[in-house]
Amino acid sequence: MRGAVLILGATSAIARGTAVALARRGHPLYLGGRDEAELARIAADLIIRYQIKVHWGTVDAGNYAAHGLFLEQAVETMGGLEGVVLAFGYLGDTVAARTEFEEVKKIMAINLIGAVSLLNECANYLENKRSGFIIGLSSVAGDRGRQSNYYYGAAKGGLSIFLQGLRNRLFVSRVQVLTVKLGFVDTGMTFGLPRLFWVALPYTVGERIIIALEQRQDRVYVPWFWRYIMFIICAIPEFLFKRLKL
Amino acid sequence: MTRSLSKTISGWGCYPTAKSILIRPELMRDVNIPKQGSLICRGQGRSYGDAAISSQGQVMLSERLNRFLAFDDSTGILTAEAGATLAEILETFVPRGWFPAVTPGTQYVSIGGAIAADVHGKNHHHAGTLGVHVTELELMLADGHRQRCSPEKNESLFWATLGGMGLTGIITEASFRLIPIETAAIMAEHNPASDLEVTFKWLEDTDYDDQYTVAWIDCASARRHFGRSIVMKGHHARRDELPDDWKDPFFVPPLCSKSIPFNFPSFVLNRFTMAVFNERYYRHQGRKKGSFITDYASFFYPLDALAHWNRLYGRRGFLQYQVAIPDPYAHEGIRRLLEHLINSRQGAFLAVLKRFGSANAGLLSFPVAGYTLALDLPMTGKKVLNLLQQLDELVIKYGGRVYLAKDACLSPESLRAMYPRLEEWQRIKQVVDPERRFQSDLSRRLQLAGTL
Ligand SMILES: Cc1cc2nc3c(=O)[nH]c(=O)nc-3n(C[C@H](O)[C@H](O)[C@H](O)COP(=O)(O)OP(=O)(O)OC[C@H]3O[C@@H](n4cnc5c(N)ncnc54)[C@H](O)[C@@H]3O)c2cc1C
Repeated sequence: MRGAVLILGATSAIARGTAVALARRGHPLYLGGRDEAELARIAADLIIRYQIKVHWGTVDAGNYAAHGLFLEQAVETMGGLEGVVLAFGYLGDTVAARTEFEEVKKIMAINLIGAVSLLNECANYLENKRSGFIIGLSSVAGDRGRQSNYYYGAAKGGLSIFLQGLRNRLFVSRVQVLTVKLGFVDTGMTFGLPRLFWVALPYTVGERIIIALEQRQDRVYVPWFWRYIMFIICAIPEFLFKRLKL
Repeated sequence: MTRSLSKTISGWGCYPTAKSILIRPELMRDVNIPKQGSLICRGQGRSYGDAAISSQGQVMLSERLNRFLAFDDSTGILTAEAGATLAEILETFVPRGWFPAVTPGTQYVSIGGAIAADVHGKNHHHAGTLGVHVTELELMLADGHRQRCSPEKNESLFWATLGGMGLTGIITEASFRLIPIETAAIMAEHNPASDLEVTFKWLEDTDYDDQYTVAWIDCASARRHFGRSIVMKGHHARRDELPDDWKDPFFVPPLCSKSIPFNFPSFVLNRFTMAVFNERYYRHQGRKKGSFITDYASFFYPLDALAHWNRLYGRRGFLQYQVAIPDPYAHEGIRRLLEHLINSRQGAFLAVLKRFGSANAGLLSFPVAGYTLALDLPMTGKKVLNLLQQLDELVIKYGGRVYLAKDACLSPESLRAMYPRLEEWQRIKQVVDPERRFQSDLSRRLQLAGTL
């Protein structure tokens, strides 16, 4: 029997894609998110389709004080965890953020502080167990700041660096940390956005992520070609880059 | 946060098209009725005409609302969000020995779309429509609140929704029965019938009937072979009917991998290529003598083997014309329709004839006891539209009706002559949706809710 996996932000489309990839492989799942009704629906669906054990509990990325207890609950319910998928994120409104600091705080609180707070708890737990994995869903937006989404990018960039440090720290404990850098995925976040190209489906993305995990990779771009796009974007010298409308 | 996307879409027949504003909720909580303007739900867009498009309002895609919510393996009742597709149901439940009680000719339909059209299958004469296997629906009404209905509870809303083409509300959830199967295979038999008389005779003869029965008519063949057909029948194979070397009794055939990548030039399908195709198909299918075992996908969903096969008809698209003619005029009516079609010298690529069992209480539900004939006709503009108008007149004369899930060109007057319970339906529509929040291009074209 496969080990149980905790999915944080389980109501997002990419989380669902990842949950399916794990469920297909027989992992029991614990779903964490804010919306009880939706969590219950997604859990029921996974139970019926894949005949695995699924439980769920509510967690809010911004309620840091509750994170420790939440993890304890998940561990207890599942009788231990093998891994964690951190899938929540908040794109936010870049234009509003320029003038409304509340929006900036929200972007940072969810994408960075909330993520770090939850992953702290998970890292300590897995480090103790000396096995398991952490998958952090970051974004190509975190690879280089661009005027169109630099608040979100800054938070995700911070998350990427955090995951890198975690990977370094947990290496000796044989805990694998996988950083996923997502490009455009066909979710509510991107639906209807102009000028998107080659948008990946959440199920394809979920499958790619779990394959990267099985291949013991440290970092993966999904869809893969974003690796080359970001390589080029990151290679543009700043004196040129700052003139671009990106 | 729901974003919208403005895009030109069409039904499966690629005609007509409409620039529509699409929205796509990812979660049930994001489903709501816009404060202003109209809305229509769209499942998999497998209705042929303009039922799931709207040039003057929002179109809500249900594709992400596809969770299975409960399954009772003592009764076979599945509860699912309405965006779940038949393909997903088959993939999950066939290996466990369950099959949809009714299935249309493609597995790429959503449950919501199938209920809204009250679809029928090759077993209508025994099992009725999908709708009669629905035990309960949850509907989001125009005022945004959710209402459950069933044949026992809020029945009038239930029977207005079966076949109601999405105009009574958004079906959010549905509970419906699956039937137990011993194997995933079909025991089939093809019998070539030499003309229309024989075809009718066999469709009424229990020796040529089975759980599923349908006749494929060679409508390119005039005069001597007029109405010749292959009468195809089959049933879910029993365990003891499988050959010894049949490996997995619950094998789920993989979904299609071949696809038509672009619209074909319109000359590809014309009267002559159709005649050749029909001749070949007749010979090929007729050659399968005696009964044979086949997988369920080849039996029920032969067209699904080629994704985007609708592009074969080219940019202008095509029309499906499906009618039901009630007994006792069905023989005469179908004969006259086929004669008219052949005399018009506008070949139909596909013609399917099947016997219908009795109608249900769905106010706009299509099937009535008698026969149904379905035709695929290339969209050639005025010419074919005129032909269909003439066919409509014949249908009305024989007391029949056109299937709304496939319609693209009926007139409001013809509709009124075909659906005697329309006014009853309109009264319920008026109660649950007084401001006509739910509208599609189909509903406006046919003035389904009444004149404005
Ligand atoms: C190859 C092929 C074979 C077919 N064979 C058959 C057959 O054998 N028998 C048969 O009866 N039909 C058949 N059909 C027609 C098909 O079954 C129907 O058109 C069905 O409604 C399509 O489902 P959909 O999810 O694609 O719905 P759509 O085409 O997206 O929508 C159809 C209607 O349902 C409404 N609707 C969709 N979802 C909801 C919802 N959640 N709540 C409320 N309303 C909703 C829409 O507003 C629209 O009016 C066939 C179609 C094809 C392409």
